[in-house]
Amino acid sequence: MSTASSHSHTAAHEHAVDHHHEPGFWQSYIFSTDHKVIGIQYGLTSLAFLMFGFILVMCMRFQLAYPGKPIPVFGPLLEAILGDTAKGGIMSGDLYNSFGAMHGTIMVFLAIVPLAFGAFGNYVTPLQIGAPDMAFPRLNMASYHLYFWGGVLMLASFFVPGGSAKSGWTSYSPLATIAEFEKPFNGQTMWLIGMVILITSSLLGAVNFITTIIQLRARGMSWMRLPFFVWAQFVTGFLLLLAFPPLEAAGVLQLADNLFHTSFFLPNGLVVSGQQLAVSGGGSPLLWQHLFWFLGHPEVYVLILPAMGVVSEIIANNTRKPLWGYKSMVYATMCIGFLSFIVWAHHMYLTGMGTKVSTFFQTTTMMISIPSVMILTALFVSLWGGSIRFNTPMLFALAFLPMFGIGGLTGLPLGFNASDIYLHDSYYVIGHFHYVVAPGTIFALLAGVYFWFPKMTGRYMNETLGKIHFWFSLIGMNLVFAPMFIQGMKGMSRRMADGGTTYFGADDIAVKLNISITHAGILLGVAQIPFIINLFMSIYNGKKVEGDNPWSATTLDWATPTPPPHGNFASEPVVYRGPYEYSVPGSKSDFLPQDKKP
Amino acid sequence: MEIPYTYKPRPDTGLYNAKVGIWLFLASEIMLFGALFSSYILLRVQAPMGQWPTVAGAWPTGLLNIPIGTFNTAVLITSSVTVVLAWAALKMNNFKAFRRYMVVTLVCAFGFLGIKSYEYNEKFTHYELRLKSGEAYTGHIEVNGKHAGFWDFGSIYNLARLEKDQVAEIKFTADPPKPKPGEKHAEGAAHTHEVKTIKREDIAKLDAFILRNHTFFGIYFVITALHGLHVLGGALVLGYFAFPGASMWKRNPEQFANRIEVAGLFWHFVDLVWIFLFPVVYLL
Repeated sequence: MSTASSHSHTAAHEHAVDHHHEPGFWQSYIFSTDHKVIGIQYGLTSLAFLMFGFILVMCMRFQLAYPGKPIPVFGPLLEAILGDTAKGGIMSGDLYNSFGAMHGTIMVFLAIVPLAFGAFGNYVTPLQIGAPDMAFPRLNMASYHLYFWGGVLMLASFFVPGGSAKSGWTSYSPLATIAEFEKPFNGQTMWLIGMVILITSSLLGAVNFITTIIQLRARGMSWMRLPFFVWAQFVTGFLLLLAFPPLEAAGVLQLADNLFHTSFFLPNGLVVSGQQLAVSGGGSPLLWQHLFWFLGHPEVYVLILPAMGVVSEIIANNTRKPLWGYKSMVYATMCIGFLSFIVWAHHMYLTGMGTKVSTFFQTTTMMISIPSVMILTALFVSLWGGSIRFNTPMLFALAFLPMFGIGGLTGLPLGFNASDIYLHDSYYVIGHFHYVVAPGTIFALLAGVYFWFPKMTGRYMNETLGKIHFWFSLIGMNLVFAPMFIQGMKGMSRRMADGGTTYFGADDIAVKLNISITHAGILLGVAQIPFIINLFMSIYNGKKVEGDNPWSATTLDWATPTPPPHGNFASEPVVYRGPYEYSVPGSKSDFLPQDKKP
Repeated sequence: MEIPYTYKPRPDTGLYNAKVGIWLFLASEIMLFGALFSSYILLRVQAPMGQWPTVAGAWPTGLLNIPIGTFNTAVLITSSVTVVLAWAALKMNNFKAFRRYMVVTLVCAFGFLGIKSYEYNEKFTHYELRLKSGEAYTGHIEVNGKHAGFWDFGSIYNLARLEKDQVAEIKFTADPPKPKPGEKHAEGAAHTHEVKTIKREDIAKLDAFILRNHTFFGIYFVITALHGLHVLGGALVLGYFAFPGASMWKRNPEQFANRIEVAGLFWHFVDLVWIFLFPVVYLL
């Protein structure tokens, strides 16, 4: 008997070896179809883009604080790489515009969305629903590679004659078309082609995520047992799926405007430098704005929903309590998803589209703040009465709440038609959305890095370095973005390359604040050094985890071996309960994992 | 490791993965074409008056070849029927019939593209001409005694090009005037294709019926070209399944039939886009 069983075991083993030869370097790290490898690829690439986008904006910030002075460290580098546009290490107006457009594009489309959706979504979602992989693993690989090459194309656009796109991350027509009308193949054109590739990547990703969540949930994982993170990714997937195609359409139309000199977004009688432009005219610049913001507003929720998902997981785990109002959070997320499609024109109050239209969008904008506040309130109330573990991921997650709160509340005056007419296009707007995205989303994503790092590598990240990173980042972020509200309320426009000196005079407080913001920005940059050291050192030297579930968490991602192998679970997981069964009265341990038999 | 439900339906949703995937993809495609159709509507309702010589209103109509467009619609609908028959043949275990119907589908697909490229060429060689005297025509041109060839982008002229090439005069054959509704062709004059010689310095505007000429042509070419790319992509996938990919039929007939179903769903969508496109662009 025992001989027979050992024999069959060996045979099975040999069989497995036959078909499962070790994949080489390219197969396992570059062209992998494993969702975890793809997630890490997304993560590292998007963190690199995050750093690049930050360097771009630091060059701009130096120019704002000290207009016309050579940039230290990066100035000579810019001159060597880009030539005359950074002559003597001094940033020209053109270069400022180009960096501004690329900072926005890189941060939104190449850093935050891929980090939130591509990296965390890819790594965590299949684990949390108990799936062996994504529904379409090869499509998943294709999404990453499209994203990567779209990003490379964007970066390459710095080197075409005339430099990269300069018309802002919103690429408004007619500016985007007439900026270099004589040379159809310019940075703007490359921007558009890059965007079409990135959009395709996001679409494939969204199809994959939604299918995975609908089809590959483990046995017993009903919809209301999904962790909130998965819900957030699910709704985000729909936003990407339905909001991005109109931008793709708009991108194709603007590409035609640039390359074939059509007039989709060019009105009649457009005069450029004293000469009537040689196009047929008859188009509409407003059409571009409608198509752009139809994506642009859901995009804001693409940035914030996964962050809320990450924060919810970490808060439930570290307060050792169930999330307060899980179901209402889920319904609120769905409301946000729906409403985010009908608020887009609150970016366009100043375009003269009419007061009736403005009133409609003002109303829907106020409506969408309700579900957002619901989620935030539920998270705040979840803290009530918990014995909170203040580890690094929890600190970042806690900081997310007030930071996102400030970002959200300062958005209300922008949602009102009357007050927006004054605040539009000022530094107030910059302060508002950076509060949402930088100390909001980025903090949540950093919390996620600290939280899931032990699962990815089997080692903790260093807590001391983590806390240094957290406190200096928190101080730096607020010193950078809070003064922008003052500048904006004083009326400083967001597009002035000299930091408003010519408009206010150099002695004005709004202009002087530029200097303190720039210094705070440097502090913020320096504060990231402990993080980078921590991230790479901890892979080899971090404290080893004690088991597969170091945070004593309930969700399925912690039921896998560490790090999870190809195929994730040792045996098919079965789910018996909701996602956040912490401190259940009458239970021996203070947490009941979802796959624990009752 | 195996991904569950790749071709067996999941019991509670009743769907296999690819079917969920393709419906989601089609939802995004609807948003893509929806945005383009919306752009068409917006461009049309706010088009300025007097942009087109032969039409009194703001938007040029009646410039596309309706009989050919109708024929092409029929071709595409036929292919949509045959792709269903191909799938049904697989379900009835009749591989020969499957391949026959797939071949018909492919012939229709490439027939559609061929007809479309002929139609495109008609537009590339058709011109709008406005004279400084205020007269305006549509018609065909002859420059240096040459007509343009098939898809001959090098022979598309506008005023700037004439100046650059130092062409002093062109020959122009105006289109016969359109008969009013309920009126027979005007006798005599309309049927003579009179060739006029036009001096360059008399021309105010000259351009072929191409994208840059008018937003109507712009949006017409962008939507139909994007649709054409979808036809081409769909045809390549169907062609793959009909021939090299058909080897899966022996290994896993259920999964193969699913693939045809999913590709068929995409093909119906491409057909559906055209069914909206044809009346909107050709007839309205």
